Amino acid sequence: MPKFEYAPAPESRAIVRIEKSYGLFIDGAFTRPKATFPTINPADETVLAEVSQAGPKDVDKAVAAARRAYEGVWGRMSGAERGKYLFRIARILQERAREFAVLETLDNGKPIKETRDVDVPIAAAHFFYHAGWADKLEYAGLSASGADVPRPHGVVGQVIPWNFPLLMLAWKIAPALATGNTVVLKPAETTPLTALLFAEVCQQADLPAGVVNIVTGDGRTGQALVEHPDVDKIAFTGSTEVGKAIARSIAGTSKKATLELGGKAANIVFDDAPIDQAVEGIIGGIFFNQGQVCCAGSRLLVQENVHDQVVAKLKRRLATLRVGDPMDKNSDLGAINSKAQLDRITSLVEAGVAEGAERWSPECALPAKGYWFPPTVLTGVSQTHRVATEEIFGPVLSVLTFRTPQEAVAKANNTAYGLSAGVWTEKGSRILWMADQLRAGVVWANTFNRFDPTSPFGGYKESGYGREGGRHGLEAYVTTAPATLTGAVR
Amino acid sequence: MVTVSTTTRTAQDLTAQARDVLGVSRLTNHALTSWLHGLPGVDQVGCEARAAALGTRSVKTTSKAWAIDTAIGMIDLTTLEGSDTVGKVRSLCAKALVPDALDPRTPRPAAICVYGDMVATAKAALGDSGIHVAAVATAFPSGRASMAVKLADTRDAVEAGADEIDMVIDRGAFLSGDYLTVFNQIAEVKQACGAAHLKVIMETGELVTYDNVRRASYLSMLAGGDFIKTSTGKVQPAATLPVTLIMLEAVRDWRELTGVQVGVKPAGGIKTTKDAIKYLVMVSEVAGDDWLSPEWFRFGASSLLNDLILQRQKLTTGAYSGADYVTID
Repeated sequence: MPKFEYAPAPESRAIVRIEKSYGLFIDGAFTRPKATFPTINPADETVLAEVSQAGPKDVDKAVAAARRAYEGVWGRMSGAERGKYLFRIARILQERAREFAVLETLDNGKPIKETRDVDVPIAAAHFFYHAGWADKLEYAGLSASGADVPRPHGVVGQVIPWNFPLLMLAWKIAPALATGNTVVLKPAETTPLTALLFAEVCQQADLPAGVVNIVTGDGRTGQALVEHPDVDKIAFTGSTEVGKAIARSIAGTSKKATLELGGKAANIVFDDAPIDQAVEGIIGGIFFNQGQVCCAGSRLLVQENVHDQVVAKLKRRLATLRVGDPMDKNSDLGAINSKAQLDRITSLVEAGVAEGAERWSPECALPAKGYWFPPTVLTGVSQTHRVATEEIFGPVLSVLTFRTPQEAVAKANNTAYGLSAGVWTEKGSRILWMADQLRAGVVWANTFNRFDPTSPFGGYKESGYGREGGRHGLEAYVTTAPATLTGAVR
Repeated sequence: MVTVSTTTRTAQDLTAQARDVLGVSRLTNHALTSWLHGLPGVDQVGCEARAAALGTRSVKTTSKAWAIDTAIGMIDLTTLEGSDTVGKVRSLCAKALVPDALDPRTPRPAAICVYGDMVATAKAALGDSGIHVAAVATAFPSGRASMAVKLADTRDAVEAGADEIDMVIDRGAFLSGDYLTVFNQIAEVKQACGAAHLKVIMETGELVTYDNVRRASYLSMLAGGDFIKTSTGKVQPAATLPVTLIMLEAVRDWRELTGVQVGVKPAGGIKTTKDAIKYLVMVSEVAGDDWLSPEWFRFGASSLLNDLILQRQKLTTGAYSGADYVTID
């Protein structure tokens, strides 16, 4: 029997230069590295670089630099001029796309084909999109006609997660800069490197000093940034637990906030769905980025009369997924980002099995070193099981069934979250009805996990508040209240 | 699983088997329509995205060498022109026998594909080489002729020694919903083929939608086709990756349903090694490695062979030779 084996096709890591250690990026320059901690490659546990733990004083300097840049340059600059910088950053991201893709894969563990085809191109697209808004904010419908034109808040503190390090940076920085704010951004503890490479891009683009500041560190750094009195607005993407803590800490202050938190999305497959494409959508929904996606389709709700057929096709397809070296261009699944995350996935799956779910994974050899979890399907899951209610944030699909559209809606909405949902049916009217009924920020119809800078993204309930992307995403970064003494002129 | 015999060849037997598969007592247009329209739909965007994603597989070094040799062995080397002559067909056969004079280890294509009147010439030129002769028949490429003419065309080619018959379906009947006519024609041609293998050309460029491609694939398999084939090469678009994806899903699911394995042949427009490798990736990942042999997968192509040979030379010698170092047929 002939067998088509793909020879190893590793992307070269020579294209990207990784320093031994990194300082913080404050006021347009890198500080000397100090109080460093290692950032590792989760695929083989090797140390990639040492990065600095920013303390409260460092955060203070970064916020002060952002304030000076806001009041001295950026807040006064015309929208058209700001747009030029954003266009320049977008183009540099495209030119250096391969560097970013390789670095992101090394630091995060996700496959190179995803960083190459998704993370980096969409990050550049966000800068292009928001560059276009910079000189058109008056016409974005952000303020009532005749009212003041929208103005920036000032200094924005941004804290981003490890699952899409560069892309979340772009989601945060592009709209902030387009609207005239300056930024202090803290990347995730385990994935700081592409943010630091982005700092180089800011230098390359001649962005005025202090407009973008990057402070690395763990949760303490994030807390210092969030609690800093001179930060006007917080933008956070991450866990619901930390999001709640942020909401508590800024309560009673004048700080604005947008929080993009967890999810437990239902991917709903009706019996009249295009089954082969639905199977692809289920796979893309939960195994993209090893399922470490806040909007992942982690709950498959399949109509009971096609359950067996869908699960059989799903398992056959899963057997063709290639799990392994994230740098190999043919890898479909890479490594889990950290030991802590791997432990969390492992314990939740064990809890699911203990509660009666049936666990299945295809035959796949996992590398000996690094943090790996096989693609996993849990069947026989009930709404009461932990694996049906808690966010696993890993390559684990919980399969539930429903009988009628009403039951599908009830089960899909029966969650503390509300970030996204998917509907698979050939019936257009049902898609519209479902989209109307589902309490989720994004509803995908006959597709899943599609992202575009023009489309607002955000959640209901414990998935957070505020929207990112599109015209709606601009709202979070402007105010139409009368100018204060500290607010610079537009 | 419905049991379907693979040896049966008469039209009556095929109709009886079809009744079995459908679970009906009489094979009617109504029964066929219910069955074909009950197949799951195809979402165009999702189908094309899947095909494009498979096209990004990186096939290098040893796997590329394996893929090139496998692809060469799957080619139906084709000439289907009004200007075909005995000389042209003999020359094409000589090319099939010695694809690359610089490297005798180069595999030979699976078959030569010609019009019916050239079958005897091709047979004589190929001798006992094992390379098959395929003939297009049934008023190729339009299929616009009476059934008597189509059957006569088929028998003529078989009697001249054709090992394989590439027939066209009646797209007019298909598009007007007369599935029974399409079924009957395929079944009768299959009977006329005798021992020759039947490839059923659906001319997907005229069927247009993926739903139609899926239905035509099932109808062709139900009526006894040994292969389902995309195109005549005379209509644009000819073979595409998404259309072939739908057909590969169909043969995969058909084997699950009936136990019978049916082959797939994309034809027309596949010109480069890169394209051919994308198809092989798709065969492997969608239908499975069982289909990765000339018995179950073919390329209908003419210029593809020389590009494969050029790439093969590059892999063996480390340098590109150029178009003048491979022989035109």
